[in-house]
Amino acid sequence: MQASTVFEKIWKNHVVHQKENGPSLLYIDRHLVHEVTSPQAFDGLRTNSRRVRRPDLTFATMDHNVPTSDRSLPIVDQISSVQIQALAQNCKEFGITLFDMDSPDQGIVHVIGPELGLTLPGTTIVCGDSHTSTHGAFGAFALGIGTSEVEHVLATQCMWMDKPMTFAVNISGRRRNPHAVTAKDIMLFVIRSIGTAGGTGSVLEYRGDSISDLSMENRMTVCNMSIEAGARAGLVAPDDKTFDFIRGKRYAPKAEQFEKAVEYWRSLATDANARFDRSIDFDISSLAPQVSWGTNPGMVADVTGQVPQPDEYAKGNENERKAALRALEYMALEPGVQITDIRVDRVFIGSCTNSRLEDLAEASVIVKGRHVSPTVRAMVVPGSQRVKLAAEQLGLDRIFKEAGFEWRESGCSMCLGMNPDILSSGERCASTSNRNFEGRQGTGGRTHLVSPVMAAAAAVQGRFVDVREWL
Amino acid sequence: MDKFTILKSRATPLDRVNVDTDQIVPKQFLKLIQKTGFGRYLFFDWRFDSEGRPRSDFVLNNPKYQGRQIMLARDNFGSGSSREHAAWAILDYGFRAVIAPSFADIFYNNCIKNGILPVRLGSEDVDYLFQNEDVEIEIDLVRQLVNARDRKMTFEIDEFRKKLLLEGLDSIGLTLQMEDRIAVFEQRNSTFAPSL
Ligand code: SF4
Repeated sequence: MQASTVFEKIWKNHVVHQKENGPSLLYIDRHLVHEVTSPQAFDGLRTNSRRVRRPDLTFATMDHNVPTSDRSLPIVDQISSVQIQALAQNCKEFGITLFDMDSPDQGIVHVIGPELGLTLPGTTIVCGDSHTSTHGAFGAFALGIGTSEVEHVLATQCMWMDKPMTFAVNISGRRRNPHAVTAKDIMLFVIRSIGTAGGTGSVLEYRGDSISDLSMENRMTVCNMSIEAGARAGLVAPDDKTFDFIRGKRYAPKAEQFEKAVEYWRSLATDANARFDRSIDFDISSLAPQVSWGTNPGMVADVTGQVPQPDEYAKGNENERKAALRALEYMALEPGVQITDIRVDRVFIGSCTNSRLEDLAEASVIVKGRHVSPTVRAMVVPGSQRVKLAAEQLGLDRIFKEAGFEWRESGCSMCLGMNPDILSSGERCASTSNRNFEGRQGTGGRTHLVSPVMAAAAAVQGRFVDVREWL
Repeated sequence: MDKFTILKSRATPLDRVNVDTDQIVPKQFLKLIQKTGFGRYLFFDWRFDSEGRPRSDFVLNNPKYQGRQIMLARDNFGSGSSREHAAWAILDYGFRAVIAPSFADIFYNNCIKNGILPVRLGSEDVDYLFQNEDVEIEIDLVRQLVNARDRKMTFEIDEFRKKLLLEGLDSIGLTLQMEDRIAVFEQRNSTFAPSL
């Protein structure tokens, strides 16, 4: 048998039909649905009198719009409320399991998938959300799709797709201080290096000792950010850590079934002599914490560095130089400014990138016994109700609250600001989310992407600090 | 979905790289539950100031470009979020095609699903079009040609997507005709993926 990569094995196992010189019809094992990108898809089904082909493989939650303040109060925003009700109504009408606002399983769709054991190795997973790449951490082929595709998958449980290219991202080198230099820093560095279109048309496979060393939660952070490199998806081959994580989860196979599954999952690892279409190597042994300075996730600097000169950033590309100038203007930053001299007004710890228990626990170490700077407003938004509960059982909520953080209900919150959690124009935020696009966290708001520990330290200090000095 | 065969129009030039879907339709407009009416939100934060007045320095507000049906853009157009609202807004505003050196994957697919033709041209061709923004452009999907004055440019698109656009087809209808194959696949699936 020809040597192949994890991705190629999954792909081969899911092709229902292959058009000559054309796309393949791919079977979808899991379809995750949320309130923002689905209403038009359900409408399409109704208009054409179609049904959901496999409601049993389709799971929904509400995350983008939900308020993260007191859940017992009615939603103030009427339009958000309509969208949330539309999802509840659609799930009822089409027989889809919904984890709604009152459910103990509610949370950001990419956080709850793994928690519930819906995310499994070797599967194909889609969701009308670009950060579906998160689920690749389990060795699944997981990708974001648009609303028309959502409708297509609801109706047929399949989607048409060209086979993406394979791209090995080999990461080696032992980080000297893995608490201070995190999975988030690794990814910001990768995107800084290959660019926001570096992965276009490809599935990235993260490989190497430094990836095997990462916990499952950290691998999720890595795969989550694949889309910021423009990739179709990102994944990590499943291993014992993966299986241990899945064991006992609600929707995971049980007992003998589980053992059989593990045997199959093991067979998915990339063969030793498999060939990738592209590959790139990184050594992260001397990596510094990373901070974004611009308006896309490739505009990133070391915390010990400076805001770059546009020429130096653009490396001769005139369009990129113009983009850098524009970004600096939007961000109100001058080239040459030390990153550690940048002051922040807000701190957001949350989003599907960095809102899991480990993220909160690491950040809490920084804030414990310290206090948020009087000029900063800081909030923690756990990724799911389960994360929130687990954190509260560990007393993390108290640590954050005593330090002056707001402790919120779960949801996407200020990652994209569809709910009331937004930046005001001109406010500067250290954020653990994944996108620093103009206006992402609120019109005129300025976002700096960082890890949870870096965000926590910025909250305390009121500006960026090299968190290696604190840990 | 409207068919796409030949389009003749001048282009509206948007001279920025990495234009992301958060700019094409900002998140405050994603709460609507229909597909129509998004045109007025297209590039909202670039188009209007905080008081809602049109910004005179943004291309869409320049009277010269009104009514043009082709958008001309730079590398990595449509990056970021999967929101199809971006494609709906582009279509609703009146564009039927976007020309750029490269597109983000999800956005490219979203265009096709809505009868918008995303045309990938070489950087030099795109530069030429930016330099000659008042030239009428003819996009011929059947022959995969773009003509602008005497410059002839070709572009790639796969046969399946081309057919969907040319015939204005609903791909769900097509896929549903393959029901038998899907059912057979599902039976076989349980044996090689014991996980489900
Ligand atoms: S947390 Fe942010 S990136 Fe993640 S799904 Fe929600 S809005 Fe998207």
